[in-house]
Amino acid sequence: MVEYALLLASTILVNNIVLVKFLGLCPFMGVSRKLETAMGMGMATTFVLTLSSICSFLVNEYLLAPLELQYLQTISFILVIAVVVQFTEMVVHKTSPMLYQLLGIFLPLITTNCAVLGIALLNSQSQHGFIESAIYGFGAAIGFSLVLVLFAAMRERIIVADVPTPFRGSAIALITAGLMSLAFMGFTGLVK
Amino acid sequence: MITAITTLTLLALCFGAILGYAAVKFRVEGDPIVARVDALLPQTQCGQCGYPGCRPYAEAICNGEVDINRCPPGGEATIIALADLLGVEPKSLDPEMGEERGPVVAVIDEQTCIGCTLCIQACPVDAILGSAKQMHTVINTECTGCELCVEPCPVDCIAIVAVPCEPQRWRWPLPHLLAEGVV
Repeated sequence: MVEYALLLASTILVNNIVLVKFLGLCPFMGVSRKLETAMGMGMATTFVLTLSSICSFLVNEYLLAPLELQYLQTISFILVIAVVVQFTEMVVHKTSPMLYQLLGIFLPLITTNCAVLGIALLNSQSQHGFIESAIYGFGAAIGFSLVLVLFAAMRERIIVADVPTPFRGSAIALITAGLMSLAFMGFTGLVK
Repeated sequence: MITAITTLTLLALCFGAILGYAAVKFRVEGDPIVARVDALLPQTQCGQCGYPGCRPYAEAICNGEVDINRCPPGGEATIIALADLLGVEPKSLDPEMGEERGPVVAVIDEQTCIGCTLCIQACPVDAILGSAKQMHTVINTECTGCELCVEPCPVDCIAIVAVPCEPQRWRWPLPHLLAEGVV
């Protein structure tokens, strides 16, 4: 039990997928203009990432490994992720049209979110079991959402702040992201 | 080699079946014609047509409850576009509803405003900014000129002014309107 808690804490804070591993940077910059969309994106990604991490583990463990087809990992994981994203899109469209409208183009774009494929590959690389895979995927997604929401909240304030003209827009956003990354380095050593 | 191809094909087929099932299970029943009618309306949410907003009016049009000539802010261009979409004869604007005029915005006389927030509650598009006992103002890019805020104001400090056609504001008419000879 303790090791699962440690794994969760370490994926959320210490090995944060965005700020330490630098995966999933496009939605991090793209969807962080408004807090509302950032939350929606965080929730959608959490759902997709956890589910796809579990599904990729199952495909890898029970299909690719017995047939010794591990070299097909990347392509089959992409397939799994595409299906999970499509499925999520349908569910969101049905259950929450508001969220569907809000996420718009970004929902299909989770397919190309490198964090999702990255987590699936990292899972098989570090030979995680079923529960570990699920926790790893969930933790990474929570870390992603946490950072995304924090970043969006900061950007909303930065818009009204008096930023020097050359730094306006993306420049100040990238600097903020860099400073956040530095801040998250402070968590190193929290979990061994 | 053969195993790899078969495995991937089977996997893809399996996923395809799941998605196909989900597409049936989670089908969204929308009324696309209402959305298209709604898209043609000016979205002033002014209620001059007698319905509480543009979308309810669009639904009423699609149900055949009302005529298409009840939207003064949209004017003749909207009526012709609606007639074209629905395949009916265009009519002139219903004079009961008001008359067509150019774009207008609400302006609050900030000297007179007492900060009662009544106009904020009346505004259908949240274009008025302010809080209790603080001066209010209109965000003129958001204001649709629906005049709903004029009525509740206790000190009559809201004026509806026409937006002058200046070089900065002038836009090309929409191509489909030009082609139909509306403008």
